[in-house]
Amino acid sequence: MSIVLITILTLAGLGALAAVILYLASQKFKVFEDPRIDKVEEALPAANCGGCGFPGCRAFAEALVKADDISDLNCPVGGPDVMSTVAEILGKEVSKADPMVAVVRCNGTCENRPRLNDYEGATSCAVAAALYGGETGCSYGCYGLGDCVEACDFEAMYMDEETGLPVIIEDNCVACGACVDACPKDIIELRKKGPKSRRIFVSCVNQDKGAVAKKACDVACIGCGKCAKVCPFDAITIENNLAYIDYDKCRLCRKCVPVCPTNAIHEINFPPPKPKPAKEEEPANTPASSN
Amino acid sequence: MLKTFSIGGIHPADRKISADKSIEVLPLPKRVVVPVAQHIGAPAKTEVKKGDLVKAGQVIAKSGGFVSANIHSPVSGKVFKLDEVVDASGYRKPVVIIDVEDDEWEESIDRSETLKTEITISSEEIVKKVGEMGIVGMGGATFPAHVKLAPPPGKKCEVLIINGVECEPFLTSDHRVMLEKGDELIVGIRILMKALKVDRAVIGIENNKPDAIKHLSQLADKEQGIEVQPLKVQYPQGGEKQLIDAVTGRQVPSGKLPIEVGAVVHNVGTTLAVYEAVQKNKPLIERVVTVTGPGVSKPSNFLARIGTPVSQLIEAAGGLPDNTGKVIGGGPMMGKALSNLEVPVTKGSSGILVFPHEEAHRKPMENCIRCGKCVSVCPMGLEPYLLMIETEKELLDRAESDNIMDCIECGSCSFTCPATRPLLDYIRLGKGKVGQIIRNRN
Repeated sequence: MSIVLITILTLAGLGALAAVILYLASQKFKVFEDPRIDKVEEALPAANCGGCGFPGCRAFAEALVKADDISDLNCPVGGPDVMSTVAEILGKEVSKADPMVAVVRCNGTCENRPRLNDYEGATSCAVAAALYGGETGCSYGCYGLGDCVEACDFEAMYMDEETGLPVIIEDNCVACGACVDACPKDIIELRKKGPKSRRIFVSCVNQDKGAVAKKACDVACIGCGKCAKVCPFDAITIENNLAYIDYDKCRLCRKCVPVCPTNAIHEINFPPPKPKPAKEEEPANTPASSN
Repeated sequence: MLKTFSIGGIHPADRKISADKSIEVLPLPKRVVVPVAQHIGAPAKTEVKKGDLVKAGQVIAKSGGFVSANIHSPVSGKVFKLDEVVDASGYRKPVVIIDVEDDEWEESIDRSETLKTEITISSEEIVKKVGEMGIVGMGGATFPAHVKLAPPPGKKCEVLIINGVECEPFLTSDHRVMLEKGDELIVGIRILMKALKVDRAVIGIENNKPDAIKHLSQLADKEQGIEVQPLKVQYPQGGEKQLIDAVTGRQVPSGKLPIEVGAVVHNVGTTLAVYEAVQKNKPLIERVVTVTGPGVSKPSNFLARIGTPVSQLIEAAGGLPDNTGKVIGGGPMMGKALSNLEVPVTKGSSGILVFPHEEAHRKPMENCIRCGKCVSVCPMGLEPYLLMIETEKELLDRAESDNIMDCIECGSCSFTCPATRPLLDYIRLGKGKVGQIIRNRN
């Protein structure tokens, strides 16, 4: 009987001793952690996508708490709602970053861009890019092997079987930039989502001379410069035979869209053109984009 | 028991159907397209402009650094334009396009067939000459030859190895050079020996070319210090490090150059070009190209000018068969499928292979069954299955410590894989990424 008693007492004693040591140790080696970090982390969407530029939400939360001015920091997934909650917790000012969205700057569908050879290697754009320029005459265009779709954590992309190009589901896209990094051809770009999700961009990255680009793809930008001439806001630049629209300068007047001889400039989410040929009426529905 | 290299290796069927076809001179094309980057290293700088009249052998692009090579006009005529043209990889590269008029060569070039055996210039002059004449490794790697002739200070070359292995199936250009240009080769070897100041040279030839072994042995017997080493047939014995292992039994340490074990390797094509450069003053403006394939009606070995379109070579070999599925530039193991047939012959083009549909397709990839075949055939002692996974999962630090940079891209792993996994495709990608990281670190 006494053995049982001794055993219980010994174990209890050891436990008590260990508890005291652990308590003292935890007091002695205590690391102070700002309790706000946990709060901020809780407010963040826990997507751990890296879209903010930090390795995961925890690291972003630490950076937010540490920084004096958090106006440069933005969680693309959570958007303004989450950022204002964070600002509330921290009592800091937060700038209203414009929501961004990924756009695919290639319209080289099977129809527009004839195939010249067949690729049978590994189904990966990165592997194909390490090997050669692609199945068509355009060595800048989309391979259509879906590295970007693979990289997307938000189910915001899929490959269109018919066109062979990736499609972005605007509502799901959080502009984390994973697809931008995954694309070996730098086709995908994060652009300002625009008021009412309306935006205009050049859907081509081909830097070949006009004739070569046009031969490879019907809807290639040939760098003719017509759009740059017609743009009243100097938003369009032509470099290396390629037009680029600066989304900060663009006021969505849409003048460049009809002048493009190859229809390489795309407008998204605009209402369909009115039956009567419109001349100066577009600005009516284009409030100056908030900068 | 014949010698061979000690690790890995495979035995693809050799199918050398053009082996008995003697070298034919290809008629001059109407227009040549000469890329200004035909070698490893800095691209050359173009020295001509539109409308210039050039002679064959004239420098049209100057070497862009120490590891670089001059480019000479392969024909005489008028520069049509300087442009960018799609090369074998599908990317646009700067080229000089020349419209051919007559066939006028630089006066300094000796075009006679007479064999000139006496070497009149010094070692340093040989190295300089080889550099000036734009000679690069003609086995396919196109590494500028003069760089290999000037060992870094403190390193001593003990043996010169001449690569007559031609381990790639189908290719026969080196084989024909050994048979038809044996005398010139021996003089070329003596020139290289003089430049490197070595007294021993070994010609490594695989045992499937007994006529070449016999012919060169007879010629080498008359010379001091040159011997022929027959080798067991095994791919990739033509790889520099594999050949050194096979001939000398020494293994080049990881990340080091062959000179580390006292060896310098030159291909027979390069050796012939060195002979012509030093003795005949002729720059590298033409080379022997094998045009072959199961369906080709007239498999041939052509002496073609650099810049000749591939389509013309195929035409001369009987045209493209109807059921063509793939055309490859280079050998079937390491060559690249061509995405268009107007690409030009370059200094590194050893062959053009035409495959019918049945042979041109890859089987779909399946899961790795961890059988280890790729590990057992890898001639560099790597673990291809692991390197592929590491590349796929972006574990590049581990890929680097697993020596991904040692891969010679011979393709033995992909060839042997029972699950037809694209091992080399991924490893090549991983090599590119790891190489980038290493360059950024330095």
